Amino acid sequence: MTWAQRTTCSVLEQNSVEDELELSAVRHRPEGLEQLEAQTRFSRKELQILYRGFKTECPSGIVNEDTFKDIYSQFFPQGDASTYAHFLFNAFDTDHNGSVSFEDFVMGLSILLRGTVQEKLNWAFNLYDINKDGYITKEEMLDIMKAIYDMMGKCTYPVLKEETPRQHVEVFFQKMDKNKDGVVTIDEFIDCCQNDENIMRSMHLFENVL
Amino acid sequence: MATGVAAWLPFARAAAIGWMPVANCPMPVAPRDNHKRQDELIILNVSGRRFQTWRNTLDRYPDTLLGSSEKDFFYNEETKEYFFDRDPDAFRSILNFYRTGKLHYPRHECISAYDEELTFFGIIPEVIGDCCYEEYKDRKRENLERLQDDQEENKDMKLPKLNFRETIWRAFENPHTSTMALVFYYVTGFFIAISVITNVVETVPCGSTTNQKDMPCGERYTVAFFCIDTACVMIFTVEYLMRLFAAPSRYRFMRSVMSIIDVMAILPYYIGLVMTNNEDVSGAFVTLRVFRVFRIFKFSRHSQGLRILGYTLKSCASELGFLLFSLTMAIIIFATVMFYAEKGSSSSKFTSIPASFWYTIVTMTTLGYGDMVPKTIAGKIFGSICSLSGVLVIALPVPVIVSNFSRIYHQNQRADKRRAQKKARLARIRIVKSGSANAFLQSKRNGLLNELLELTGTEEDEQKLIKSTSLLESQHHHLLHCLEKTTCYPVCSLQAHEFVDEQMYKQNRLETALQNDPSRSPSICSHDSSVGTCCSHRVKRNAALPSVSVPSTHPIPMHQGPLQELRAIHIQCGDLPSHTTSRSNLNLKTDDSGRINCRGAQITTAIICLPTPSALTPDGDGLHGPPQQRPPPPLGHPAAPSIQTTTSSAGTNIIKVSAL
Repeated sequence: MTWAQRTTCSVLEQNSVEDELELSAVRHRPEGLEQLEAQTRFSRKELQILYRGFKTECPSGIVNEDTFKDIYSQFFPQGDASTYAHFLFNAFDTDHNGSVSFEDFVMGLSILLRGTVQEKLNWAFNLYDINKDGYITKEEMLDIMKAIYDMMGKCTYPVLKEETPRQHVEVFFQKMDKNKDGVVTIDEFIDCCQNDENIMRSMHLFENVL
Repeated sequence: MATGVAAWLPFARAAAIGWMPVANCPMPVAPRDNHKRQDELIILNVSGRRFQTWRNTLDRYPDTLLGSSEKDFFYNEETKEYFFDRDPDAFRSILNFYRTGKLHYPRHECISAYDEELTFFGIIPEVIGDCCYEEYKDRKRENLERLQDDQEENKDMKLPKLNFRETIWRAFENPHTSTMALVFYYVTGFFIAISVITNVVETVPCGSTTNQKDMPCGERYTVAFFCIDTACVMIFTVEYLMRLFAAPSRYRFMRSVMSIIDVMAILPYYIGLVMTNNEDVSGAFVTLRVFRVFRIFKFSRHSQGLRILGYTLKSCASELGFLLFSLTMAIIIFATVMFYAEKGSSSSKFTSIPASFWYTIVTMTTLGYGDMVPKTIAGKIFGSICSLSGVLVIALPVPVIVSNFSRIYHQNQRADKRRAQKKARLARIRIVKSGSANAFLQSKRNGLLNELLELTGTEEDEQKLIKSTSLLESQHHHLLHCLEKTTCYPVCSLQAHEFVDEQMYKQNRLETALQNDPSRSPSICSHDSSVGTCCSHRVKRNAALPSVSVPSTHPIPMHQGPLQELRAIHIQCGDLPSHTTSRSNLNLKTDDSGRINCRGAQITTAIICLPTPSALTPDGDGLHGPPQQRPPPPLGHPAAPSIQTTTSSAGTNIIKVSAL
């Protein structure tokens, strides 16, 4: 249902400048307000506010990965948020077309802010599962962990050591991997999280964000 | 905190859910948004033009005026809008900054006006977007340079105490600063001219004498030319040594172009002195004489145009280099071609490629001497191509050099123009300043006039003389009045100091001097008419006072009548030097303190001259002193001079004014 107008852009090179040109030639209009209202759990007013903010930052209507990284990095000035932003981008870009449109954006937010705990945990699992094969391996988790620790930056107390992410991953797997097969499946994950009080409480943390 | 992407904060917070399952520690509590209000439109009224925007838009940048609570100071309760008394055009770009996150600099705006707006609204200029930042910085730099130029002019005017060395250096660099420097400037210029002319004339063949061949004048009148040369070199040497002595940085001076030229101008002479008539070195000596022609470059200190030319050439170095390079390339190419083309023909002048260089150069610069001409057909063809291309190659870099020269020249013209305009500007500013100070004095007199009118109670005159001053003016004058009162010393014998006209002050000083020497009569002029045509007459109020009080002892001829006669005194004021020095003089000595004569506005006041009581009964505040009717002091008082002096000193506060 969504449609994108592509104006003429003859030779598509893999240049970032060309990409920008291409994007600027692309205009994306979201579906109507009613449809989005039906699909997400946001009210009309909230959708309006969200769209206004979105459109101001991305006048063309879609976000590509570089812009996404830029925006996200601005919230974490002391560290390097680009890796984590990459993972986030993939989590939001549900149809994997390399750009996040307003619908993707708002659907993701709807889950995160207004969804059930199950849905949120599902989303988180999706985030960790980099190759989307249904299993979280230690390597995937390590990547995610390193990305999170990268966001902290260098100036931390106590000083971050090389093996801190690895240790953290070990702790995570000890907790989550019930059958000790080296991977975490979605059921193990949800089970484990639902039994953990801290995690449950923190899931409700951002409910009144909008 | 990222300000431009504040709209994405909800998203970032939501995405933080991704960390939750991984976290080991419990999360902190989220802040509650107690002031959860719907996003509302707020109206910004800027000088009548209404802008509307969402409150959230402005909240994006909380460290600016519009984004913080500072804007509440501008909130207008009745109209429920925020009113700013600023330029609405500049406000557009500022509001766009909130909307788009990028600040643009509108090119038609004045840079300082724009800066002021930015400062007012609390936005730092560094957030100007890349598209406009360069332009902004360029114009700011230009403006700064212009202001600096003006300041440098001021620096020239101010003369801090310079020691001997610095004075000399300044005299050398700016010949207009003192007459001596000017004299020296012209003398050196003259001698440079003499030197150059002698160099030229030396080689002219003078009339033949008994000798067979025509001798050049130099060899005929050797002694004369040698004397002239010596004299010139003396002057140049002295000048160089003095410059060297006076230079603030000798090393830098020695490295500068002008000093090298100076050295080259005088060195050949000394080398010639040292060298004997050795045949071996005379050839080299002759070469050295060529360097004497460099004396002509010394003229560049005297001529600004020459300096500009030199500066242009220096700044166009790259273009000149390109010109040279392309010419060389073309010359080599065409010379080679011509050589091989003409190789076939017999008795060809093109004996080698270097020999063809001469032909190529002459042809490309369209000189065409004709001493070397191609004879073969191929040679002629290539020769014509050569001359056609020569025009192009030379014509291309020349406009660049010309435009550079024109730009620098006009810049210089502008600097001179600015300097000339500045004098006029400063004069005008001074007049305005003095006008405002005179306004105060005038109002003071009128104020006293009004007070006394109240005392005497003449209604009609009151209406006539009360000048309507605005509230601002009256408050300002009251302030100055308070200052005057403040400078009252605790010891009551001295009175409060006053602001007075400069002219009056000078006259007073003159008068106190004159009063001590009563034989001289100052020029006094006072008219009874109210229309001032007083040109350069200085009204000496104080002279009137003693004359009135002690008419018999004072020999000054007065046209005035008896004691209580009113006079309308016109003080015609012209342009003034600064007041501050005279005011400080006021504060220094009370004997000499008096009025400062003003020479600018016209002040028409009516003054009654009253004698002061003697110093035994000091007045305190003479301005509101005793009423006008006072008996004159005993005439012929032996202490007449003292009366006069007290008059003059206390006369500062005897401006009793009464109605006409």
